Amino acid sequence: MKKIAVLLLFVFNYMAVFAQSNQVEMADKFRSSGKIYVVITTIAIIFIGIAIYLFSIDRRLKKLEKEK
Amino acid sequence: MPHQIMKIIYQMWWKVLAVVLVFSTLFTGLLLHVPTLPILHETIRNLYFHVPMWMAVLSVFVISVYFSIKYLNTGKEEYDLAAVECVNTGLMFYFLGLVTGMLWAKFTWGDFWSGDPKQNSAAIAFLLYCAYLVLRRSIDEEQKRAKIAAIYNIFAFPIMIVLLFVLPRMTDSLHPGSGGNPAFGKYDLDNEMKIAFYPAMLGWSLLAVWIATLRYRIRTIEYKNETV
Repeated sequence: MKKIAVLLLFVFNYMAVFAQSNQVEMADKFRSSGKIYVVITTIAIIFIGIAIYLFSIDRRLKKLEKEK
Repeated sequence: MPHQIMKIIYQMWWKVLAVVLVFSTLFTGLLLHVPTLPILHETIRNLYFHVPMWMAVLSVFVISVYFSIKYLNTGKEEYDLAAVECVNTGLMFYFLGLVTGMLWAKFTWGDFWSGDPKQNSAAIAFLLYCAYLVLRRSIDEEQKRAKIAAIYNIFAFPIMIVLLFVLPRMTDSLHPGSGGNPAFGKYDLDNEMKIAFYPAMLGWSLLAVWIATLRYRIRTIEYKNETV
């Protein structure tokens, strides 16, 4: 009986820990589906960065074309 | 030799290669099997997008040092222009590497910026290269500017290498490859990851070099217009 009680205590302890970790790690959009949204955002940041950079190069070239 | 290198700028094949490689990683990087690891989860796929940014940075910075040395040897203005535009392009990729790293850190380390040695020294090296551009703008005389900037650039490069790849490894850092923390080399043994990872590294490097050559070509026209 004592053994079972100890065992149950452990199980409950484990469940408490598990529940806690569940609470901490919120299932928001970025953490859902194995955090794949983090990867998608990374790709988006890179693409937006390069796009902005291309626009700046384009503007520089336009200025040059006007000069001629 | 330099003449042949300058000819490559106008060739098409390596630009096509860059596009094909980067395009392929969008699919291989998102679809192929990856090791299932706690905390990292699917963000391990960032390896194919965040790390190649740094490879791109290294590629253009190395080329920049090459042209700085070339400038000091020959005194030809075009080499100086090539060096600046390589640094300009490199800094853009540097910024992207920092921002994507911060995002990755937020969902694996818990914070965008946790004062990790890798993050801190990356920020210092970023300022180091910003100082290069500021230094250039502060000197009016053309030859003096080119010479001082070239020397600064040659010294800045090894310092950046030490800041990014040596110092963080000597202390405890959360970043892979630091302080007893295994690098991704362990996971690279996974052959499926190699299929996506190596093309990404090469593809992004070539893409960065391509952008640098475009900027260099614009810069040379600007320079010619100014002198005429």
